[in-house]
Amino acid sequence: MRVPPRDSTAYIVGFAAVVCLVCAIPIASAAVLLRPKQQQNQRIDRLSKVLGVAELMRAGERLSATDVESRFERSVVARAVELKTGAFTDAVDARTFDQRKAAGDLSTSHPVPPNEARVFRVPNHAVVYEVMKDGKVDALVLPIQGYGLWSTMYGFLALEADATTISGITFYEHGETPGLGGEIENPAWQAKWKGRKAFGDGGEVKVKVIKGAAGPPDDDPFRVDGLSGATITSRGVSHTLDFWLGPDGFGPFLDQYRAARREGGR
Amino acid sequence: MLDKKSKAALVDPLFDDNPIGKQVLGICSALAVTTMLSTSVVMCLAVAGVLVASNVIISAIRNLIPSSIRIIVQLTIISSLVIVCDQVLKAYAYEVSKQLSVFVGLIITNCILMGRAEAFAMQNGPVPSFFDALGNAGGYSVVLVAVAFVRELFGSGSLMGVKVLPLVTEGGWYTPNGLLVLSPAAFFLIGGLIWALRVFKPKQVEKELVVHIPAESHGGAA
Repeated sequence: MRVPPRDSTAYIVGFAAVVCLVCAIPIASAAVLLRPKQQQNQRIDRLSKVLGVAELMRAGERLSATDVESRFERSVVARAVELKTGAFTDAVDARTFDQRKAAGDLSTSHPVPPNEARVFRVPNHAVVYEVMKDGKVDALVLPIQGYGLWSTMYGFLALEADATTISGITFYEHGETPGLGGEIENPAWQAKWKGRKAFGDGGEVKVKVIKGAAGPPDDDPFRVDGLSGATITSRGVSHTLDFWLGPDGFGPFLDQYRAARREGGR
Repeated sequence: MLDKKSKAALVDPLFDDNPIGKQVLGICSALAVTTMLSTSVVMCLAVAGVLVASNVIISAIRNLIPSSIRIIVQLTIISSLVIVCDQVLKAYAYEVSKQLSVFVGLIITNCILMGRAEAFAMQNGPVPSFFDALGNAGGYSVVLVAVAFVRELFGSGSLMGVKVLPLVTEGGWYTPNGLLVLSPAAFFLIGGLIWALRVFKPKQVEKELVVHIPAESHGGAA
């Protein structure tokens, strides 16, 4: 075959086509071959955040993927909940359910009234984690998400068995300014949540991130220290909890859960 | 061991012709990833890997690339390498890739890569191009690591994630400098570095651009 001269249109088009094809091969193979490993990484990351917020893993503790899995298997049960009714359901498999994907799909999500957390749609089902201790539920871990300053913050909130006392909070994905709003990741700040009460006596969501410093949890149960230099992020965290603990979030589920607990069922 | 050209290509970019210090390229990523030493090191490795591969590949096919589409061909090769690099990081260094987030992808727009492809690899063989890439990656890394060292030590009181200066918030004595964790801090540090470099190597100072025209040439038709 005769190769056309280098400045001819035929050569240029041909060369471009060859470059595209050759470049496509490594990209496609990397994407396909590495995907299982990447998804596994994401899953382990999510699991270790649940373990962290449930205090089954210390901050900064490094565990191998298998350790994370086995520790998770041993003490945590993932269960699917129908958000509207608050009832446990088997409609979706809690172990494989992709909540974020479900929230983005019109057929598996529903719109919610305008709210300050800027959540527009919630999935019909959500996964909650029950942390078991001696055969009893010791804590509940709920997925939360809401808008901070720059983008949506994704995290987990852990409640004690009374479904009122906060035992931990964590964020695993956010776009807040490192060093300011990004301090929502700081274990020292997250530790300040422990022991605060999420709900007031009337069952209303009362916990709030304030400006400045709050007192110890026993004297000042509904307020948490604000992040200095990150007023909007702090407010976003309050709004996020308002929404997810409220009637459009996990409110119905938590009501049912508390009722069942009072009856001594669990 | 190395011929003269390769050696110059390898050593010059470290200080004499540093891509950030002299050429003032790649500033964006130097601001973004230098809050932590560990992210900077991974970023340097990623840039080095992509730069070496792109320089060698482009240099190997330099005589086949039609000049009218050479830039887009370079860009295609660079971006393919960056995507592969990003995928590998996500699979094998998940924690760090999370911290680097979009900045690995943004290596594509790092002027150092295009600059070396256009200025060196298009005119030289694969071997000198390999050393040129290594040298420039080294020069980039020297600055990134230096900036990250200062920013992490004084901004967060740690190095490579290990606490060095106990913070006040955690019961220690060191009040971290909040400015250093913000991007503008990197501007000050890089600015200072460039200044220092030019004090010691006055040759790097650009010639004045103002041209003084002798008085007698005025007049006439002007």
